[in-house]
Amino acid sequence: MVKKSVERIYLSIIFLFLYLPIVVLIVLSFNNSKSKVQWGGFTFNWYIKLFSSKSIMEAFGTTIFISLASALIATLLGTLAALGIDAMKKRNQTIMIGATNIPLLNADIVTGISMMLLFVRFTRLGLSTVLIAHITFNIPYVILNVLPKLKQSSRTTYEAALDLGATPFYAFFKIIWPQIRPGVFSGFLMAMTMSLDDFSVTYFTKGAGIHTLSTMIYTEMRKGIRPEMYALSTILFLIALLLLLFMNFRPSVHKEKGDAL
Amino acid sequence: MRNLKRQLLAGPYLLWMAGFILLPVVMILYYAFTTTSGHFTMLNITSISASIHLKSLLLSLKLALVCTIICLVLSYPLAMILNNMKLKRQGFIVFVFILPMWMNFMLRILAWKMLLSNNGVINTLLETLGLPALDILNTPSAVVFCMVYDFLPFMILPIYNAMSRIQKDILEAAKDLGAGNIIIFFKIIVPLTMSGVVSGIIMVFVPALTSFAISDLLGGGKVLLIGNVIEQAFMQEYNWNLGSGLSVVLMIFVIASMALMSSKGEEGGASVW
Repeated sequence: MVKKSVERIYLSIIFLFLYLPIVVLIVLSFNNSKSKVQWGGFTFNWYIKLFSSKSIMEAFGTTIFISLASALIATLLGTLAALGIDAMKKRNQTIMIGATNIPLLNADIVTGISMMLLFVRFTRLGLSTVLIAHITFNIPYVILNVLPKLKQSSRTTYEAALDLGATPFYAFFKIIWPQIRPGVFSGFLMAMTMSLDDFSVTYFTKGAGIHTLSTMIYTEMRKGIRPEMYALSTILFLIALLLLLFMNFRPSVHKEKGDAL
Repeated sequence: MRNLKRQLLAGPYLLWMAGFILLPVVMILYYAFTTTSGHFTMLNITSISASIHLKSLLLSLKLALVCTIICLVLSYPLAMILNNMKLKRQGFIVFVFILPMWMNFMLRILAWKMLLSNNGVINTLLETLGLPALDILNTPSAVVFCMVYDFLPFMILPIYNAMSRIQKDILEAAKDLGAGNIIIFFKIIVPLTMSGVVSGIIMVFVPALTSFAISDLLGGGKVLLIGNVIEQAFMQEYNWNLGSGLSVVLMIFVIASMALMSSKGEEGGASVW
């Protein structure tokens, strides 16, 4: 009994640790005072002002575009790659998976800098360089989510379909796709999260005048954050919360879904 | 034949890797070993032994080590507790630890800065309880604190994953054969979760060693990590050759620590998620 309550308390402390800053930011987004420490009453003001701030909306648009586009392209490239890797010989598979781990485990700062050095030699830094960089660090998350699902899926059913006259394309969508879909989805979601939360790589690969929310906050840090930022982050957080709750607690059609994400 | 065709699906990815992973590494090596005029030099690499650089590298190693140990100590019991709760949906656990990432990383660090500040919530609370104030802002402790905050999920998830894969039969067999809880823990649970621990250590140690944003925001310009030195070399001094040289040194440390860790755990890596 004592053990149980100690466990509960420990768990609560960890969750408090993880979520306390988020609570603070949400409270600040409703604070009717520019001061960060004083409570000046409840207001929706920052939420209204947010939509008329051109610079914030622009950074928000860039952030969403980069994370959606990079996650989509990475999912496409990564899923194809996983299919290819799965068909390889054991030895080649090990090499490929090892290589895939490099950008995942490499330091963000080194990834960012090395890409910047490449980009400035051949082109100018801008939106597309950020996009390429994000795709690059996103692909591994997709591959590592899809590959285990491919390994679990049965090869024989696919081959049987081919023997019975199905085109590879048809057989893929009827047999392999349903089995790897949860992995593809969680890979996509993971990629999008990483892209959304990235600062270091964006910081080094972005061109002048382009801002994602992270880099914008970084440059504003010294003169003080506009409260609209808290409002925007709160909205984003709540959207993510609803989205993830929906994915986790919808009537369980794919009950194996959870173990990858 | 059909197999070969399917292998070709990895083609675009291979090209992408060659262009955007391999080539950038070649570029950074090129800059690291040349002077601004393009002549070969070792000076960028050896400049790590300059006292400021060496000091920041040692500080980074120290903070990363402390951060990793704290994360491990916090995560292991946590993973055991979570595992004992026998949740039907394991995805939910991952969900709880991934969700904070949707609140911008910069803002979360900033929130900690407010919480930890002299007249912040935590110190006001400590004061009313009659406890001494916590004055850690602008010190290495604050940096470690926020590193632990930021990287904790990367330690918890792999350990939890490894732990949830342990089959109940093995534990029951051990019990039937007369093993006590302590023996079960050290002879079964610890060895079987080793791969998760190794992944966790790598996933925390590497970003902690190389981060520059956290120390920039919380160190008040007083905590200079190797990441900050590199960032300044690029963005303030525009000395790309020096920055590249130091990055290569950093890369060597990252690779060395990864090699050291994966030799400890048989399979390591990959099983992170």
